[in-house]
Amino acid sequence: MIEVNEKYCKGCNLCIEFCPRDALEPAEELNEKGVHPPVEVEDRCVNCHLCELICPDFAIIVEEEEEV
Amino acid sequence: MAEEQKFETEEKVERKQKTGMINAKELEEKYLRKGMMPHIFCTGCGIGTVLGLTLRAMEEIDMDLDNTVFLSGIGCSSRLPGYIDVDSLHTTHGRALAFATGVKITNPDLNVVIFTGDGDCIGIGGNHFIHAARRNIDITVIAVNNYIYGMTGGQVAPTTPEGDYATTAPHGNVEPPFDMSEMAMSAGATYVARWDLTKPVQPMKSIKEGLENKGMSFIELLSPCTTAYARQNKVGDIQEFWEWYDDRTMLAEEYEFEEEFSPMEEWEEIKEKMKIGVLKHEEKKSLGERMQEKIEEVKI
Amino acid sequence: MIGEIDLDKAKKAIGDRSQFIHGDTAVAYGALLAGCRFFGGYPITPASEIAEKMAELLPKIGGKYIQMEDELGSIASVIGSSWAGAKAMTATSGPGFSLMQENIGFAHMSETPLVLANVQRSGPSTGQPTLGAQGDVMQVQYGSHGDFAAIALSPNNIQETLDLTIKSFNLAEKYRTPVMLMISADLGHMREMVEIPDEVETFERKEPKVSPEEYIPFGKGEYGKEKVPEFGIFGKGFRTYVTGLTHDEKGFPATDDQEDHDNLIRRQVEKITDDREELTDIERRRLDDAEKVIISYGITSRSAMGALKEGRNRGEKLGYLRLKTLWPFPKHVIKEISEQVDKIIVAELNLGQIYHKVAEHAECEVALADKIGGEVHSPEEILAEV
Repeated sequence: MIEVNEKYCKGCNLCIEFCPRDALEPAEELNEKGVHPPVEVEDRCVNCHLCELICPDFAIIVEEEEEV
Repeated sequence: MAEEQKFETEEKVERKQKTGMINAKELEEKYLRKGMMPHIFCTGCGIGTVLGLTLRAMEEIDMDLDNTVFLSGIGCSSRLPGYIDVDSLHTTHGRALAFATGVKITNPDLNVVIFTGDGDCIGIGGNHFIHAARRNIDITVIAVNNYIYGMTGGQVAPTTPEGDYATTAPHGNVEPPFDMSEMAMSAGATYVARWDLTKPVQPMKSIKEGLENKGMSFIELLSPCTTAYARQNKVGDIQEFWEWYDDRTMLAEEYEFEEEFSPMEEWEEIKEKMKIGVLKHEEKKSLGERMQEKIEEVKI
Repeated sequence: MIGEIDLDKAKKAIGDRSQFIHGDTAVAYGALLAGCRFFGGYPITPASEIAEKMAELLPKIGGKYIQMEDELGSIASVIGSSWAGAKAMTATSGPGFSLMQENIGFAHMSETPLVLANVQRSGPSTGQPTLGAQGDVMQVQYGSHGDFAAIALSPNNIQETLDLTIKSFNLAEKYRTPVMLMISADLGHMREMVEIPDEVETFERKEPKVSPEEYIPFGKGEYGKEKVPEFGIFGKGFRTYVTGLTHDEKGFPATDDQEDHDNLIRRQVEKITDDREELTDIERRRLDDAEKVIISYGITSRSAMGALKEGRNRGEKLGYLRLKTLWPFPKHVIKEISEQVDKIIVAELNLGQIYHKVAEHAECEVALADKIGGEVHSPEEILAEV
């Protein structure tokens, strides 16, 4: 699960650009900071953490879900 | 320890074992001064990524924050020590390495890390830089190279590629650029690595190795300046600009292979790229060790 | 950590109790006795002998000497060393002093204790490297940009050079500020007998006794009572942020607010100027019945003493006032003296520097006995202005 902290996100969308699995896309609506923050595309993330490492704004956390 | 806390800690340990890292929120809680986020850097600027990678490298080696000093000079990247909850000296332009020399010699037990930029390090601070490398003083220098003077509004830097535009090179830069890593290597630094930020694991590992190296470590990180550089040079939007670094860099081994085997025409294009990777890693006595030996020899 | 301060060891390194030494060596000896354990140097005539002596003796007592790549670096290394916990110093002369102005400003802004010995020579620029002058006595207060209060001392013999070096370290630690010891090539290279003191009174840095959360590194010290804050040495858990930018009491940049800057700089200046009288060290001779007084400092005061004797022999009612403290400027003394006499003659080895400060505060006529070119005044040259 990808958590996005909208208070910190500046909308550079590098997470979307660099995700090898297209697990993120820009939100349709502008948020109150005037950016399109990333939102997760369901069932795509494989917990590689690349978006979290690249994010310049400490705005992304990838939480791994336990496999059932 | 309360059950809940214990569970939380165990969860962190488990995740760390799995992924080798703690998450952004934990990083902020553990390493950053309170109330500093969001940081001042522009949208898409790489300096925030440099900070994140540095903190993760520190986490990996379990650095003692009470025994660590960060220093910097002047410029965008030099604002970084203000975010980290450690003793820090935000010094004058270009002089951080000279201040760091005094700190490290006086108390060799301190971990000493410097954030610097290209202008700060090889422009105004060039002399301190080559001499710190020559001495192989046990400090780690993380140099953010964005090819431009960002904080002052985009003036030409000693690293700006020839032909690129800047506010003080409005007709295109006529000077050849400095290669900071080559300079560090030839001046005597014992660990030198250069990376762009599109592959974040490698630079993180290099920062860790640099922190562990007992001597002068120099890690050059090619970091996009999305405001001052991108606006004046045709590099596309933020995402295209970050990708652009992939085209302008090549792994050192690959580069050297191409140098030897690629046809002349191809090589002409390739040779303009910047070599990335761990460029040098050797063991050599540090300044502190040599000084201490001398003290043992002459002390009364 | 750098070598412990051990007076006996320092004395052992220095050697004989009585020595025939020059001023540069006296600076080095004074520094070692005061507890200096770090010297960041860069060679320059006529101050190099200070660095040479420190390079010889510091490692013997566990201290550190480093020769930096330039004067910008030497003063920077000293500031770094001070924050890492050492009593630290550098030495230079005019051209190097000019280069150091940037980081002297940083030392004022960051309230860093350190000592800088300036063995003055003539200028501008490279000037006369081997000959003395008193050309930096205004630069020491006005050389770096912005507002700050300097402390500068000026001895006139070799024993006093040693003693005032010790005092410089004590003042630096007490006021958390850079202190300048202003000698000149004449004193630096002149030899006299010196007694190494047996006991040395030193002032040790005040460290915070509160938790890191409560610690105020750039506000009032002693929990709000003193204008000098305590000094949280790096590596002791205070996690201090030190910057040359205008900062709040905790040390964080506060560059946009008029009041923040005003509060910070006024406190930094007043911590020194409030103690002007206490800091003032003056030698007075024959002032009781004086109608005219010669004011001088450093090497020039030795000529002034000659002029006093010669003038008195001729029946002139002359007095003599020597400034051992140049900064903060002892304006109260100038005012007081000028109310008693008809004329003040300022003698100095420049075309008029301290003269302007004297003229600013004197109520009587002020004349200047200037001299440049690397020779000290003859008593006659001073008397010519009387």
